[in-house]
Order: sequence, then C-alpha cells, then structure tokens
Amino acid sequence: MSVILLDEPLVPTPPRWRRFVARLLRNPSVVVGGTILILLILLALFAPWVAPYDPFKVNPVQRLKPPSWLHLMGTDEVGRDLFSRLIFGSRYFLLICIVTASISASIGTLLGLIAGAGSVVTESIIMRLIDVMLAFPYILMVLVIVAILGPSLWTGMISIGIAGIPGYARLVRSAVLTVKREDYVVSARALGASEADILFRTILPNVLSPLIVYLAFSMPLAALVTSSLSFIGLGTQPPAPEWGAMLVNSRTYLFSAWWAVTGPGMALFISIFGLNILGNGLRDVLDPRSAA
Amino acid sequence: MMAMQQIETPQTGSPKNVQPLLRITGLTTEFRLEGGRRLQAVQDVDLDIGAGEILGLVGESGSGKSVFAQSILRLVQPPGQVVAGAIAFEGRSVMDMSARELSRWRGRDVGMIFQQPQSCLNPVRRIGWQVAEPLLLQEKLSRKAAWAGAVDLLRAVGIPAPEEKVLAYPHQLSGGQAQRVMIAIALALKPKLLIADEPTTALDVTIQAQILELLRESCRMLGTSLLLVTHDLGVVARLADRVAVMYAGRIVEEGPVETMLTAPAHPYTQGLIGAAPQLGQARGVRLKDIPGTIPDLSRLGAGCAFAPRCDARAGQNLESCTLSQPLPVSIRPRHRALCFAAKASSAVSPCEISP
Repeated sequence: MSVILLDEPLVPTPPRWRRFVARLLRNPSVVVGGTILILLILLALFAPWVAPYDPFKVNPVQRLKPPSWLHLMGTDEVGRDLFSRLIFGSRYFLLICIVTASISASIGTLLGLIAGAGSVVTESIIMRLIDVMLAFPYILMVLVIVAILGPSLWTGMISIGIAGIPGYARLVRSAVLTVKREDYVVSARALGASEADILFRTILPNVLSPLIVYLAFSMPLAALVTSSLSFIGLGTQPPAPEWGAMLVNSRTYLFSAWWAVTGPGMALFISIFGLNILGNGLRDVLDPRSAA
Repeated sequence: MMAMQQIETPQTGSPKNVQPLLRITGLTTEFRLEGGRRLQAVQDVDLDIGAGEILGLVGESGSGKSVFAQSILRLVQPPGQVVAGAIAFEGRSVMDMSARELSRWRGRDVGMIFQQPQSCLNPVRRIGWQVAEPLLLQEKLSRKAAWAGAVDLLRAVGIPAPEEKVLAYPHQLSGGQAQRVMIAIALALKPKLLIADEPTTALDVTIQAQILELLRESCRMLGTSLLLVTHDLGVVARLADRVAVMYAGRIVEEGPVETMLTAPAHPYTQGLIGAAPQLGQARGVRLKDIPGTIPDLSRLGAGCAFAPRCDARAGQNLESCTLSQPLPVSIRPRHRALCFAAKASSAVSPCEISP
C-alpha cells in the first residue's frame, strides 16, 4: 500500500498513567488511606524485625502491665507483649482482606460477566441464585457457612468470601449491560472475536474501575466481619494474634486493663478507616465524570 | 475486477456456473416492536458482490442500509432478526454457520468498519494490541511477531511513526487516524470482503478523501471486495464499480456506476442524482429535492414504498404502484430497477437471478 498521507498531527498529551498518579496524589483521602495501607503492608512484611518481642512468648511475671517503655502498649493476661502481637496481627488483617476479596471478587465477577453478556436463560438462573443469597442477612449467611465448615480462620474467610459474591455479581452485571451496547463491542464481534474474547478482552477491562472501587469498600467490611467472627469464637482461634481474637480474650479485663482492649480495637479502627477512605478517594478519582 | 466483468458480461445464457464471492438472496431482516408490530428494515434483498469488486450501497438515513450490512455478518441483535433469505459466501451458507465458524469467518474472510472509528476501538487497550489481536487469535502468531505485524500494518495504512503509535490509546488518536487503525485491524488477515458502513461520514472533508483513497488502494492491492455503504453519491462516483440504491429496505435499482449515474432508471435514483449539486452548475439554480420523507417502515402498504413521493407515478398516473410491489425490470445488461414506471422507458424483461 503506497498511499502515505499524513493526518493532522497528534496533540501531545502526557502519558495516561502519569496524569492518573498526579490525580491520585491530589486527593487527600487517597493519600491518607494509601499511607495507612502501605504502612500496614510494610508492618506485615517486616513484622519479625519490627516487633520487639516474640508475639507468642508467655511471661507470667509481666502479665497485664500497663504501657511502659519496656512494653509500649502493655501486656495481656498471660504477659505477651501487645505491641508485638498487634504488629503480627497486621498479617492476619491483610490475609483476611486478600483471601476474602479474591474469593468474592473472582467468583462474583465471573458470574456477573456471564449474567450480563449471556442469554436471557443463563442470566435469569444466575441472578435468581444471587437473589436467593441476598435474601439471607449477611451475617446469618456467614454463620451458616461457618457452621457447616467448622470454626477456624480459613473457614471464616471462605464463608465471608462466599457471602460477598452477590455484591460483585450484581455490580459487574450492571456494568456489563451498559458496556456491551458500545460500538467497540459490536466492532470486535464484526472482526471475528469469539464471545469469550469479547467477555474477557473487551468487556472485562472496561468494567474494572467500578470493580476496584467496590473492592476497596468491601475489603474492610470483610475484615471487620472476620474479626467479629473471631470475637464470637467462630473465626481465628487463640493464641493467634488476630485483632478480633485479641479483643475477645481481653474483654474481661476491660475495666482493670483498658490497654489490652484498646490496642487491637484501635488497630482495627485505623486499618478499616484507612481502607474506607482509600475507597472513597479512588471512587472520586476513577469516576469518569470527575476526570478533568 | 476486469476479469470478473468479462466472465459476467456474457452471462445472458447461464449465469449459474459463475459464482460471485457473496450472493445474497431474499434477505429480510425484521425488528419486533413493542405491541407486537413488526418492522422490516430489510425486505427481500437480492445482491451479488464479485471478487475484487467495489459495490456502493446508497440510501438515505433510515433506508435500512446499515441493518442490511450488519445482517450480512449476522450481527443484528435482538429485537432484530434475519427472518428470511440466504447468504452464500463462496458457496458456503452463512446462515448455517455455527458460532465458532462464524467468528472464524468474520475477521478472516470478511472485515467490517464502522461510522464512528473512535468509539469502535476499545478505550482501555493500546491500539497496538488491538491491531495485533487478529494476528494473535486467528493466525496464532507469537506475541512478539503479532506486535511486529501490528507495527507493519499501521505503517501500511499511513499512520506516522507507527513504532510509537502502537503504544497510544484510542483517545489519543484523531478521527482520521482512528479510522486508519480500524482499516488496519479489518484488513489484518487479508479478508476477501470488507464491509465499510459509512466509513467517512464522521470525518472532516479533507480526511475523507484520504481515507477513501486508502480503502480503494488497500482493497485493490489485497484483491478484497468492498461493500461501501454510504449516503454520499460523490463517494460512490469516485470509488465504486457498481451501485445499488436502497429505499425503505429494498434495493430499488442496481447497475454499473457509469450508467447508474448518467442514465438512472428508477425515479428515486433520478431524484437523488438531481438533488446532488454539481460543479459548474449555474448559480442561483435551485437543487431539485424529493418531496416528503422516507415512510414509516412498520406501516408500509401493499404497493411501492416510494409511490407517495414519486414524480413518475404522478406524471404517468400509474395505478399499479399503490396496489402491488413492482418486480425487478432489466434496463440493460447488469442494470435492473424495481419500478413500474421504469418498464416504460426501456426493454421489458423480468430480471434473472443475476444482475
């Protein structure tokens, strides 16, 4: 082909990701939430080096000591250093976030994609199934699944992961319903893309941004519910330094040793708060209507 | 193209041994409207496209030409449906293809480009991957080879600095560049037929000419047939070998571009050509218009859909126009029209299967 005629010149724009990062950094919620999340990740990664004591080391002489220079956040009822246990607890917190989110996001997204792009029959089957799941109160469904699988950290995470599926499925389905009418989907089909190609290569990348925002909102909720499960004895089992489990162990000393409850409570509060405002910020930044 | 014409020209005897690339017979596409009404956007269309031929399909907005183009590729989505007719591509029935055969056929043997090039590119993927995708998926090339292929294709369609442009996202392209990219994608697998649905309508005039030139040259080089859907007679005059005119879902006239533009037989085609401005026309002369608008396709009567707007019917006071559907009339070899009035102007013999 020999016709080489130059088009009008391209207007130079800075790379998309640079502008995106700049927009992220201008958003205070993203900065605060992101900092908390990064700190959490660093603590989880380097816990053995940061923590001054072994989180499982029992020291009966030092039991229920108030915060001091020796034990920054005091000790619990068997003399374990609370500060070290809180640091190791960040590993559980992140593990819970990641495992529950991957279960609900992967299965929920797949179901939503199929429901949104599939035939009327598959859509009704999937969505009625989702409706049945949504008819159960969230915590009740979690408890039922834990009751079936038996109480432990992993069954707790699995049950919360499953309970989170309907939200993702509905979100993705509605996004697919709008995207699948777009010209580029018709065009991809006209150019020989199979239905699977269209689903995963064309539609999925275009529904990612609402998905990311929902992820940031549902992760802290999942972590909170997992801690609640531990609190009622159906999640993490002692002596694991999971924040929820630590809360339940220390609640009997609420009036005599306030620090034993306050530490894990504050850790949960700050982490969940961080993820939540990160989600808020991401929603604002990723919302196409707010794009400058 | 020339070879094809020579084979087809003396086909007065037995046209059956000559197989066109694409043969459409009796194609009817229907939309179900709310309240059970039906709208036939494409009605009983017969059309052949020869190998290497450029066929212009002309019609005003709402004439059903886009639906017809999409029907060929079986792209019509519910509530629309192809309810009758056969589409044969090199003798294979497109209507009988399975989903897998269909997606192999699209892209590999036929390509399609659309009116809005920028919204036809996936906004979240780099154009390099979008061009490389047919090579990856259908040709099973390695990622590296497909990427190199994408750069070559972009260079071939006249994208400046293709090595850099492969990394661009669709919103960073101008309309003309986006349409070039679409052409590169559609022609990546050297299809035998390219369907272009108003490829230049959304572009500005200077770019239009470049894109048309690119389309013509690319198709000539690859031996690809082109079905060019447009409402612009000028585009057709520049590019097409043959023209088909669509009105209210039917092809009302079809023939070689020279005779169609100089001696149109159907009153609608005459009206269209009369309505087009010409260079050198005296100033102050009003362009002729066709009175009225295209009818509501869901409320068509028994007769010719153009009858209410037709000068010829009024002039010759033909009664049959409003009573029954006209049959195709052969005006001269390879030129036919769907009109009672056209019968009067030329030799009368119902057209055979082939134009």
